[in-house]
Amino acid sequence: MAILPPIRGDGTPPNRVPVQEGVPHIHPGGQGEFLDKIETGEELMEINMGPQHPSTHGVLRLVLSLDGEHVRACRPDIGYLHTGFEKSFESHTYQQCIPLTDRMDYLAPPINNFGFALAAEKLLEIEIPPRGQYIRVIVAELSRIASHLIWLGTHAMDIGAVTAFMYCWRERDKILDIMEWISGVRMMTSFIRVGGLMADVPEEFVPMVRAFVAEFPKRVDEYEGLLTANPIFRQRTIGLGVLDSATAISYGCSGATLRGSGVPYDVRRAMPYSGYDQFQFDVPVGVRGDVYDRYLVRVREMREACRIVEQAVEGLPGGPVNTSDRKVVLPPRTEIDNSMESLIHHFKISTEGFRPPPGRVYSAVESARGELGFLMISDGGNRPYRCKVRGPSFSNLSALSYMVQDELMADVVAVIGSIDIILGDVDR
Amino acid sequence: MGLKSDEFLIRRAPLAMAARVGASDLPAIPGAIPAEQDLADAAAREGIFSTTVGKVIAWGRYSSIWPATFGLACCAIEMMGASNARFDLARFGAEVFRASPRQSDLMIVAGRVSQKMGPVLRQIYDQMPDPKWVISMGACASCGGIFNNYAIIQGVDKVVPVDVYIPGCPPRPEGLIEAVIMLQKKIAATPVASIRE
Repeated sequence: MAILPPIRGDGTPPNRVPVQEGVPHIHPGGQGEFLDKIETGEELMEINMGPQHPSTHGVLRLVLSLDGEHVRACRPDIGYLHTGFEKSFESHTYQQCIPLTDRMDYLAPPINNFGFALAAEKLLEIEIPPRGQYIRVIVAELSRIASHLIWLGTHAMDIGAVTAFMYCWRERDKILDIMEWISGVRMMTSFIRVGGLMADVPEEFVPMVRAFVAEFPKRVDEYEGLLTANPIFRQRTIGLGVLDSATAISYGCSGATLRGSGVPYDVRRAMPYSGYDQFQFDVPVGVRGDVYDRYLVRVREMREACRIVEQAVEGLPGGPVNTSDRKVVLPPRTEIDNSMESLIHHFKISTEGFRPPPGRVYSAVESARGELGFLMISDGGNRPYRCKVRGPSFSNLSALSYMVQDELMADVVAVIGSIDIILGDVDR
Repeated sequence: MGLKSDEFLIRRAPLAMAARVGASDLPAIPGAIPAEQDLADAAAREGIFSTTVGKVIAWGRYSSIWPATFGLACCAIEMMGASNARFDLARFGAEVFRASPRQSDLMIVAGRVSQKMGPVLRQIYDQMPDPKWVISMGACASCGGIFNNYAIIQGVDKVVPVDVYIPGCPPRPEGLIEAVIMLQKKIAATPVASIRE
């Protein structure tokens, strides 16, 4: 990749000092050679940010080379939350991997379950009944809203708007109440399993979701009333951290970070799964590719997610939620009493799980952060031979150095907030 | 003020203290015997009571715990949840999360501690001024949780001394609040001059 000068947006506020003459642009996207290019003269100061920093959204460490207040180079140092998920997958049966996936992107755990379950189901070549698919969509979209609410609250708080944090948490707790009602757990639901769901939803589920959907758009109006037209917020975000579409694609960005730069790529549209093609929703995109555009895209996404939930609840079909393949999902309790085969299936699944045929699949879902992909290889055993996770935060984070180039140091936290990274998703 | 009656019983003031109040300035109590009892009542009416220095210092410590913002993983989200309006950790005097370890006296280890994070965590603990306490929040911080592998330290007590462990994956915000209350009881029972080894 050639060393390019950073592209500035059109809406650069006049108070930003232009890049000084004589100081070379350092584009840290080269083949590892950027470390040598960082000037260590008296003008540049190395400063360490993190891993214990309230605005890095986890344990991210950044080594910033500063020229006065301006960032000339930014080197992310990751791995402080490396948990060894991919290796752990290899020593757990497929169904046991589901609770592990919960803890990767811990702001939207059901979407991780979703991605893993879809990949395993692709290996097994099984289909989920429509009711199961619809409930999966509802749970995934609700957790997308919950994740965006945390993003909005913390992003606004990083910039100095503390009130939004309290407001966002109020709605998020309502979603967590729904999650608790259906699964027993607030956050780590493990509700979406390989072959279907943990269980069918209780009858209170639909009224709870309806009540939430009816109320939520008004709440989004409240958040927007706090921030969208707020002159301080606009001044802090417009023209900051500009990422043009070509660069965003070259870094492998996805999710709102990519859509904020004007690329209408959404996995739910590009590779529909679990019946997403049956729902009406828009894919919002930005124009300038700055922090403010990414904010607008995510806020709009909350409204679109709410629309999807509304459609899914209204059209929720009846019937079973799990696949009828008895080699994958436990048989109903009554069947075990009457059928020898069911008893054997129950015993086999409980003791050793199921064995997908040998093969190699890639399956992606649109998580709250972008394209969450699972490359799963089976050797015919009851555990994944290899499971590589393509975490969206990792690719989005790689564009950070580009985005903060020549920006003010105080704006780095605003840019970090705008790409909405989760270190559990980066490090895994 | 949040004073507990069993800890701050209004005792009979020592004679010397009551004498300094100046019994002659107080309104006369009808039928009172000019004795020690009378002086103690007068001292109580003036808002004077006796206690020990240790109890007052412990009261100051446990009533205003300042945690360090030290979110590691999933539990950090519930830790943030505990400080929101619904659970409101401020009711128990422990909501002032400080970004700098120099200003905090409680470290809530919220999440799994990786091998790479362990030395950083210890350094932040060392930067905190004494007296300081540690809450190990969640299964991962307490014992490694479901991650028994090469990457995760199997319990943060291998790195720093822990005062309160919270089970759960992640614990609910109520769990964290319960741990803070338990820690407050522990601080109240700790002698002032004791030094952590």
